[in-house]
Amino acid sequence: MQRNERICRWRINAWRWGLLAALIVFWEAGSRLGLIDAFFFSSPTEILSTAVVKWRSGQLWRDVAYTASATLLGFVSGTVTGSLLGLLLWFSRKVTLVAEPWMVVLNALPKLALAPVLVIWFGIGFSSKVVLAFLMTVIVAAMSAYGGVQSVDPALETLMTSLGARRWQTFTRLVVPAAMPSIITGLRVNIALAMAGAIVGEFIASDRGLGRMIVYAGTTFDLKLVWVGVVVLSIVSVLMYAGVVLLEKLLLRRWMARRPE
Amino acid sequence: MPEQPYLQVKGLSKAFGSGPNAVTALKDVSFTLDQGKFLAVLGPSGCGKSTLFNIIAGLMAPDGGDVTLQGESLLMRPGRTGYMLQKDLLLPWRTVADNITLPQTLRGIRRRRALENALEDARACGLEPLLHRRPDELSGGQRQRAALVRTLQSGKPLLLLDEPFGALDAITRLHLQELLTSICLQKRLTILFVTHDVDEALLLSDSVLVMGCQPGRIIGQYDLPQEKPRTLKTLALPRLMAVKAEIMALLDQEVKQHAKE
Repeated sequence: MQRNERICRWRINAWRWGLLAALIVFWEAGSRLGLIDAFFFSSPTEILSTAVVKWRSGQLWRDVAYTASATLLGFVSGTVTGSLLGLLLWFSRKVTLVAEPWMVVLNALPKLALAPVLVIWFGIGFSSKVVLAFLMTVIVAAMSAYGGVQSVDPALETLMTSLGARRWQTFTRLVVPAAMPSIITGLRVNIALAMAGAIVGEFIASDRGLGRMIVYAGTTFDLKLVWVGVVVLSIVSVLMYAGVVLLEKLLLRRWMARRPE
Repeated sequence: MPEQPYLQVKGLSKAFGSGPNAVTALKDVSFTLDQGKFLAVLGPSGCGKSTLFNIIAGLMAPDGGDVTLQGESLLMRPGRTGYMLQKDLLLPWRTVADNITLPQTLRGIRRRRALENALEDARACGLEPLLHRRPDELSGGQRQRAALVRTLQSGKPLLLLDEPFGALDAITRLHLQELLTSICLQKRLTILFVTHDVDEALLLSDSVLVMGCQPGRIIGQYDLPQEKPRTLKTLALPRLMAVKAEIMALLDQEVKQHAKE
């Protein structure tokens, strides 16, 4: 059974990487044979050589670092703040009743539409990108944490009360750990949202970052550089997502009980 | 001056809802319990047994009446009694060791010290090899034993056990009943025990309180003649058989009358 699972997993991985390799080969061959327009679509080797030039000049690294740090700062601050807000709602039923519809409205609000306003408020520098990434994540994190709070078994709260636990003891020893799985599973969504926020901030106005690089290259018809930006952005996104998935696994192993056999 | 009873429940009444839809859960419930005694509360579903326990545990306010333990009121003062429910309510992210030490750590006792204190009870309940396991790695009986040890660790002089073995299979149930009897005799615990099972009540308790439905009230009280510990064999003794027949007849009459209404 385990051997079969291993073979199955190996096959799935082979298919995944095989599809990527096939896409690259088709792209390269299509570009060289004139099947696709090399000006609009470039080719993997052209993209790679442009990326190497930009990397050696130090520009690509600076842009990657700028976008990644804005994303991570926005992600961490938004997730922590949102999770705390969502968790603290447990303390007051009245505050929850007032806040709940507003949270839903804020969650539905297209935060990216605020990007131009935020750039005016916070300037074209780093902070506006972080704020946008923060806004993209904070409400989602609050909703996830609040969902976790709502999932706490009332019988467990009764147990804590019967054991003489004070409110803050019930909060720290029951509510927070019980809500942790909801918070943790919200991290995957939030990392993607934070990156979208940072990139859109760079699209609007910025002097650095992968978003700015893509916009700049697009306006100068340097489509090879646009493709470099898109590919590097995809790689950074995948790496961050993988990092969050790893963090999620580690945290869930700590917080969530394994399923009964 | 007459000696004050250890536990005194006096004229308890409680109704849920109002107007014509009001349901009287308890009406003028009074009884006493001496220190070191085991009182089983028997009754059909919905006769207010759990409401009675919630009031004694200080989790619910009655509409009238009082509950005193050694002369001190227990009303709305949770944490004065040990409370165990049918569901084990172990915290799934905590190990057995951390679950059973919870009542002590809530009182500010350090985990290591708390575990030292709990070790004797854990050993008596056969939990020592399971201390590092999580609840989902335990069987139903093991989980309930852990819940029992946690209740014992509350260090409270009065334990309220609300159908603690109700969800277990017959064999596991028998083992836990034997275990509870030996712990009670050894520690001279004062216990109030809710059950639906007449045999369980006769096996474990010094006296049995029979409750009727709507309104929840006491319809019979029996002091059991046979010395403890009892076994399934002793339940077949004529004296206990006679009590069982009386209780069964009382419950049967109550259920039939309730069905007519």
